[in-house]
Amino acid sequence: MVPLPAYLVLGALLFSLGMIGVLVRRNALIVFMSIELMLNSVNLTFVALSRHLGSMDGQLAVFFTIVVAGVEVVVGLAIIVEIFRSRATVNLDDVDLLRG
Amino acid sequence: MELALFIPFAALALAGGLGVIASGRAIHSALSLLLVLSSLAVLYLLLGAQFIAVLQVIIYAGAIVVLFLFVIMLLHMATGEPAARGVRPWRAGATVAAALFFAALLSAVVRTRATADLGAAPGFGFGTAEAVGRTLFTRFLLPFELASVILLVGIIGAVVLAKGALTLRVHAESRAADEAEEPREEALTR
Repeated sequence: MVPLPAYLVLGALLFSLGMIGVLVRRNALIVFMSIELMLNSVNLTFVALSRHLGSMDGQLAVFFTIVVAGVEVVVGLAIIVEIFRSRATVNLDDVDLLRG
Repeated sequence: MELALFIPFAALALAGGLGVIASGRAIHSALSLLLVLSSLAVLYLLLGAQFIAVLQVIIYAGAIVVLFLFVIMLLHMATGEPAARGVRPWRAGATVAAALFFAALLSAVVRTRATADLGAAPGFGFGTAEAVGRTLFTRFLLPFELASVILLVGIIGAVVLAKGALTLRVHAESRAADEAEEPREEALTR
Protein backbone atom coordinates (compact mmCIF):
# COMPACT_ATOMS: atom_id res chain seq x y z
CA MET A 1 0.00 0.00 0.00
CA VAL A 2 1.47 3.32 -1.02
CA PRO A 3 0.88 6.05 1.56
CA LEU A 4 -0.82 9.23 0.40
CA PRO A 5 2.12 11.53 1.24
CA ALA A 6 4.25 9.63 -1.29
CA TYR A 7 1.98 10.87 -4.06
CA LEU A 8 1.81 14.37 -2.61
CA VAL A 9 5.60 14.61 -2.32
CA LEU A 10 6.03 13.32 -5.86
CA GLY A 11 3.58 15.97 -7.05
CA ALA A 12 5.46 18.66 -5.12
CA LEU A 13 8.79 17.52 -6.61
CA LEU A 14 7.44 17.56 -10.15
CA PHE A 15 5.90 20.98 -9.58
CA SER A 16 9.22 22.36 -8.31
CA LEU A 17 11.02 20.90 -11.33
CA GLY A 18 8.53 22.60 -13.63
CA MET A 19 9.00 25.83 -11.70
CA ILE A 20 12.76 25.68 -12.23
CA GLY A 21 12.18 25.04 -15.92
CA VAL A 22 9.88 28.05 -16.27
CA LEU A 23 12.30 30.32 -14.42
CA VAL A 24 15.58 29.14 -15.94
CA ARG A 25 14.97 28.02 -19.52
CA ARG A 26 14.66 30.68 -22.22
CA ASN A 27 13.34 28.52 -25.02
CA ALA A 28 9.63 29.29 -25.25
CA LEU A 29 8.78 25.70 -26.14
CA ILE A 30 10.64 24.27 -23.15
CA VAL A 31 9.04 26.83 -20.84
CA PHE A 32 5.72 25.69 -22.22
CA MET A 33 6.54 22.05 -21.53
CA SER A 34 7.55 22.98 -17.98
CA ILE A 35 4.12 24.54 -17.52
CA GLU A 36 2.58 21.27 -18.69
CA LEU A 37 4.75 19.49 -16.12
CA MET A 38 3.41 21.74 -13.36
CA LEU A 39 -0.19 21.18 -14.48
CA ASN A 40 0.39 17.43 -14.43
CA SER A 41 1.88 17.45 -10.96
CA VAL A 42 -1.23 19.22 -9.69
CA ASN A 43 -3.36 16.65 -11.50
CA LEU A 44 -1.53 13.88 -9.65
CA THR A 45 -2.29 15.58 -6.35
CA PHE A 46 -5.95 15.90 -7.30
CA VAL A 47 -6.23 12.22 -8.22
CA ALA A 48 -4.42 11.07 -5.07
CA LEU A 49 -6.67 13.17 -2.84
CA SER A 50 -9.73 12.04 -4.77
CA ARG A 51 -8.78 8.45 -3.95
CA HIS A 52 -8.07 9.36 -0.33
CA LEU A 53 -11.40 11.10 0.16
CA GLY A 54 -13.31 8.52 -1.85
CA SER A 55 -14.89 11.33 -3.87
CA MET A 56 -14.99 11.80 -7.63
CA ASP A 57 -14.65 15.58 -7.43
CA GLY A 58 -10.87 15.55 -7.72
CA GLN A 59 -11.02 13.51 -10.90
CA LEU A 60 -13.49 15.98 -12.37
CA ALA A 61 -11.06 18.78 -11.57
CA VAL A 62 -8.41 16.84 -13.49
CA PHE A 63 -10.82 16.46 -16.40
CA PHE A 64 -11.29 20.21 -16.61
CA THR A 65 -7.57 20.83 -16.19
CA ILE A 66 -6.90 18.57 -19.17
CA VAL A 67 -9.48 20.44 -21.25
CA VAL A 68 -8.01 23.83 -20.40
CA ALA A 69 -4.45 22.55 -20.90
CA GLY A 70 -5.39 21.34 -24.37
CA VAL A 71 -6.78 24.73 -25.34
CA GLU A 72 -3.79 26.47 -23.78
CA VAL A 73 -1.34 24.35 -25.77
CA VAL A 74 -3.16 24.94 -29.05
CA VAL A 75 -3.34 28.71 -28.65
CA GLY A 76 0.11 29.01 -27.09
CA LEU A 77 1.83 27.01 -29.79
CA ALA A 78 0.02 29.04 -32.45
CA ILE A 79 1.37 32.19 -30.81
CA ILE A 80 4.90 30.73 -30.65
CA VAL A 81 4.76 29.77 -34.34
CA GLU A 82 3.52 33.28 -35.12
CA ILE A 83 6.38 34.86 -33.15
CA PHE A 84 8.85 32.59 -34.92
CA ARG A 85 7.45 33.65 -38.30
CA SER A 86 7.82 37.34 -37.56
CA ARG A 87 11.02 37.31 -35.45
CA ALA A 88 12.73 34.04 -36.39
CA THR A 89 13.35 33.34 -32.70
CA VAL A 90 11.75 31.43 -29.86
CA ASN A 91 13.99 32.91 -27.20
CA LEU A 92 11.85 34.58 -24.58
CA ASP A 93 14.46 37.27 -23.91
CA ASP A 94 14.13 38.42 -27.53
CA VAL A 95 10.40 39.00 -27.26
CA ASP A 96 10.16 41.28 -24.25
CA LEU A 97 8.20 44.05 -25.95
CA LEU A 98 4.45 44.24 -26.30
CA ARG A 99 4.89 46.28 -29.47
CA GLY A 100 5.37 44.19 -32.58
CA MET B 1 2.45 -4.92 -5.09
CA GLU B 2 1.35 -1.33 -5.42
CA LEU B 3 4.66 -0.16 -4.03
CA ALA B 4 6.51 -2.29 -6.58
CA LEU B 5 4.72 -0.35 -9.31
CA PHE B 6 4.77 3.03 -7.60
CA ILE B 7 8.52 3.28 -7.01
CA PRO B 8 9.74 2.64 -10.57
CA PHE B 9 7.10 4.81 -12.20
CA ALA B 10 7.59 7.64 -9.71
CA ALA B 11 11.31 7.44 -10.47
CA LEU B 12 10.58 7.49 -14.20
CA ALA B 13 8.35 10.52 -13.77
CA LEU B 14 11.05 12.36 -11.83
CA ALA B 15 13.70 11.40 -14.40
CA GLY B 16 11.43 12.64 -17.16
CA GLY B 17 10.81 15.87 -15.27
CA LEU B 18 14.54 16.41 -14.98
CA GLY B 19 14.89 15.64 -18.67
CA VAL B 20 12.27 18.23 -19.59
CA ILE B 21 14.12 21.05 -17.90
CA ALA B 22 17.72 19.90 -18.40
CA SER B 23 17.99 18.61 -21.94
CA GLY B 24 19.61 20.85 -24.49
CA ARG B 25 17.29 20.17 -27.37
CA ALA B 26 13.59 20.90 -27.40
CA ILE B 27 12.82 17.53 -28.95
CA HIS B 28 14.51 15.70 -26.08
CA SER B 29 12.40 17.75 -23.68
CA ALA B 30 9.26 16.74 -25.55
CA LEU B 31 10.19 13.05 -25.35
CA SER B 32 10.95 13.41 -21.62
CA LEU B 33 7.56 15.05 -21.20
CA LEU B 34 6.05 12.00 -22.87
CA LEU B 35 7.83 9.82 -20.32
CA VAL B 36 6.42 11.88 -17.44
CA LEU B 37 2.90 11.80 -18.86
CA SER B 38 2.86 8.05 -19.40
CA SER B 39 4.30 7.27 -15.97
CA LEU B 40 1.67 9.53 -14.43
CA ALA B 41 -0.98 7.58 -16.36
CA VAL B 42 0.25 4.41 -14.62
CA LEU B 43 0.08 6.16 -11.25
CA TYR B 44 -3.51 7.23 -12.02
CA LEU B 45 -4.33 3.58 -12.68
CA LEU B 46 -2.80 2.68 -9.30
CA LEU B 47 -5.04 5.31 -7.71
CA GLY B 48 -8.14 3.77 -9.26
CA ALA B 49 -8.76 6.54 -11.79
CA GLN B 50 -9.05 4.45 -14.95
CA PHE B 51 -10.89 7.04 -17.00
CA ILE B 52 -8.46 9.81 -16.15
CA ALA B 53 -5.56 7.50 -17.01
CA VAL B 54 -7.05 6.84 -20.44
CA LEU B 55 -7.67 10.57 -20.94
CA GLN B 56 -4.07 11.22 -19.95
CA VAL B 57 -2.77 8.83 -22.59
CA ILE B 58 -5.13 9.93 -25.35
CA ILE B 59 -5.13 13.69 -24.84
CA TYR B 60 -1.78 14.47 -23.22
CA ALA B 61 0.50 11.79 -24.61
CA GLY B 62 -1.45 11.43 -27.82
CA ALA B 63 -2.48 14.91 -28.83
CA ILE B 64 -0.51 17.48 -26.86
CA VAL B 65 2.94 15.91 -27.15
CA VAL B 66 2.38 15.26 -30.86
CA LEU B 67 1.44 18.92 -31.25
CA PHE B 68 4.66 19.89 -29.47
CA LEU B 69 6.66 17.61 -31.75
CA PHE B 70 4.96 19.08 -34.82
CA VAL B 71 5.83 22.61 -33.78
CA ILE B 72 9.42 21.70 -32.88
CA MET B 73 9.90 20.09 -36.27
CA LEU B 74 8.11 22.95 -37.99
CA LEU B 75 10.48 25.43 -36.43
CA HIS B 76 13.40 23.05 -37.19
CA MET B 77 15.30 24.07 -34.11
CA ALA B 78 18.48 22.08 -34.08
CA THR B 79 19.85 23.86 -31.04
CA GLY B 80 18.10 24.64 -27.82
CA GLU B 81 18.86 28.18 -26.90
CA PRO B 82 21.80 30.50 -27.35
CA ALA B 83 24.41 30.59 -24.66
CA ALA B 84 22.97 32.15 -21.54
CA ARG B 85 23.66 35.86 -21.36
CA GLY B 86 24.82 36.40 -17.81
CA VAL B 87 22.00 34.48 -16.19
CA ARG B 88 24.15 32.37 -13.85
CA PRO B 89 23.14 34.09 -10.59
CA TRP B 90 19.58 34.25 -11.80
CA ARG B 91 19.63 30.51 -12.48
CA ALA B 92 20.90 29.76 -8.98
CA GLY B 93 18.27 32.10 -7.54
CA ALA B 94 15.50 30.35 -9.45
CA THR B 95 16.68 26.97 -8.22
CA VAL B 96 16.81 28.20 -4.64
CA ALA B 97 13.32 29.68 -4.99
CA ALA B 98 12.00 26.38 -6.31
CA ALA B 99 13.73 24.49 -3.49
CA LEU B 100 12.16 26.80 -0.91
CA PHE B 101 8.79 26.35 -2.53
CA PHE B 102 9.26 22.58 -2.39
CA ALA B 103 10.19 22.85 1.28
CA ALA B 104 6.98 24.80 1.91
CA LEU B 105 4.91 22.16 0.13
CA LEU B 106 6.73 19.41 2.02
CA SER B 107 6.03 21.02 5.37
CA ALA B 108 2.35 21.27 4.42
CA VAL B 109 2.33 17.57 3.55
CA VAL B 110 4.12 16.65 6.78
CA ARG B 111 1.75 18.74 8.86
CA THR B 112 -1.30 16.78 7.61
CA ARG B 113 -0.16 13.68 9.47
CA ALA B 114 -3.66 12.29 9.67
CA THR B 115 -3.63 11.45 5.98
CA ALA B 116 -0.83 8.92 6.16
CA ASP B 117 -2.93 6.23 4.53
CA LEU B 118 -4.78 6.22 1.24
CA GLY B 119 -7.90 4.92 2.94
CA ALA B 120 -10.03 1.95 2.04
CA ALA B 121 -9.90 0.55 -1.45
CA PRO B 122 -12.42 2.35 -3.65
CA GLY B 123 -15.69 0.63 -4.28
CA PHE B 124 -16.60 -0.98 -7.58
CA GLY B 125 -17.20 1.63 -10.27
CA PHE B 126 -15.00 4.31 -8.74
CA GLY B 127 -13.17 6.27 -11.41
CA THR B 128 -14.81 4.59 -14.36
CA ALA B 129 -16.10 6.50 -17.36
CA GLU B 130 -19.60 5.94 -16.01
CA ALA B 131 -18.81 7.47 -12.63
CA VAL B 132 -17.02 10.43 -14.19
CA GLY B 133 -19.82 10.96 -16.71
CA ARG B 134 -22.51 10.73 -14.07
CA THR B 135 -20.81 13.37 -11.92
CA LEU B 136 -20.03 15.48 -14.97
CA PHE B 137 -23.62 15.68 -16.15
CA THR B 138 -25.18 16.21 -12.75
CA ARG B 139 -23.11 18.28 -10.39
CA PHE B 140 -20.63 19.70 -12.90
CA LEU B 141 -22.98 20.56 -15.73
CA LEU B 142 -22.23 24.29 -15.78
CA PRO B 143 -18.41 23.83 -15.78
CA PHE B 144 -18.89 21.26 -18.53
CA GLU B 145 -20.74 23.75 -20.71
CA LEU B 146 -18.12 26.40 -19.94
CA ALA B 147 -15.42 23.93 -20.95
CA SER B 148 -17.10 23.50 -24.31
CA VAL B 149 -17.15 27.29 -24.73
CA ILE B 150 -13.43 27.40 -23.87
CA LEU B 151 -12.73 24.71 -26.46
CA LEU B 152 -14.65 26.71 -29.05
CA VAL B 153 -12.68 29.85 -28.18
CA GLY B 154 -9.46 27.86 -28.48
CA ILE B 155 -10.41 26.55 -31.92
CA ILE B 156 -11.34 30.03 -33.15
CA GLY B 157 -8.19 31.51 -31.62
CA ALA B 158 -5.93 28.95 -33.27
CA VAL B 159 -7.60 29.43 -36.66
CA VAL B 160 -7.40 33.21 -36.41
CA LEU B 161 -3.74 33.11 -35.37
CA ALA B 162 -2.83 30.71 -38.15
CA LYS B 163 -4.95 32.41 -40.78
CA GLY B 164 -3.96 35.95 -39.83
CA ALA B 165 -0.42 35.41 -41.05
CA LEU B 166 -1.67 33.68 -44.16
CA THR B 167 -4.00 36.49 -45.24
CA LEU B 168 -1.31 39.04 -44.45
CA ARG B 169 1.13 37.23 -46.67
CA VAL B 170 -1.44 36.89 -49.46
CA HIS B 171 -2.14 40.64 -49.21
CA ALA B 172 1.55 41.43 -49.36
CA GLU B 173 2.02 39.18 -52.35
CA SER B 174 -0.95 40.60 -54.24
CA ARG B 175 0.25 44.13 -53.45
CA ALA B 176 3.68 43.25 -54.74
CA ALA B 177 2.08 41.77 -57.83
CA ASP B 178 0.00 44.95 -58.32
CA GLU B 179 3.07 47.14 -58.03
CA ALA B 180 4.88 44.95 -60.50
CA GLU B 181 1.95 45.15 -62.86
CA GLU B 182 1.26 48.88 -62.76
CA PRO B 183 4.40 50.11 -64.54
CA ARG B 184 3.72 47.66 -67.32
CA GLU B 185 0.24 49.11 -67.81
CA GLU B 186 1.66 52.59 -67.86
CA ALA B 187 4.14 51.54 -70.45
CA LEU B 188 1.33 50.07 -72.53
CA THR B 189 -0.82 53.20 -72.37
CA ARG B 190 2.15 55.34 -73.16
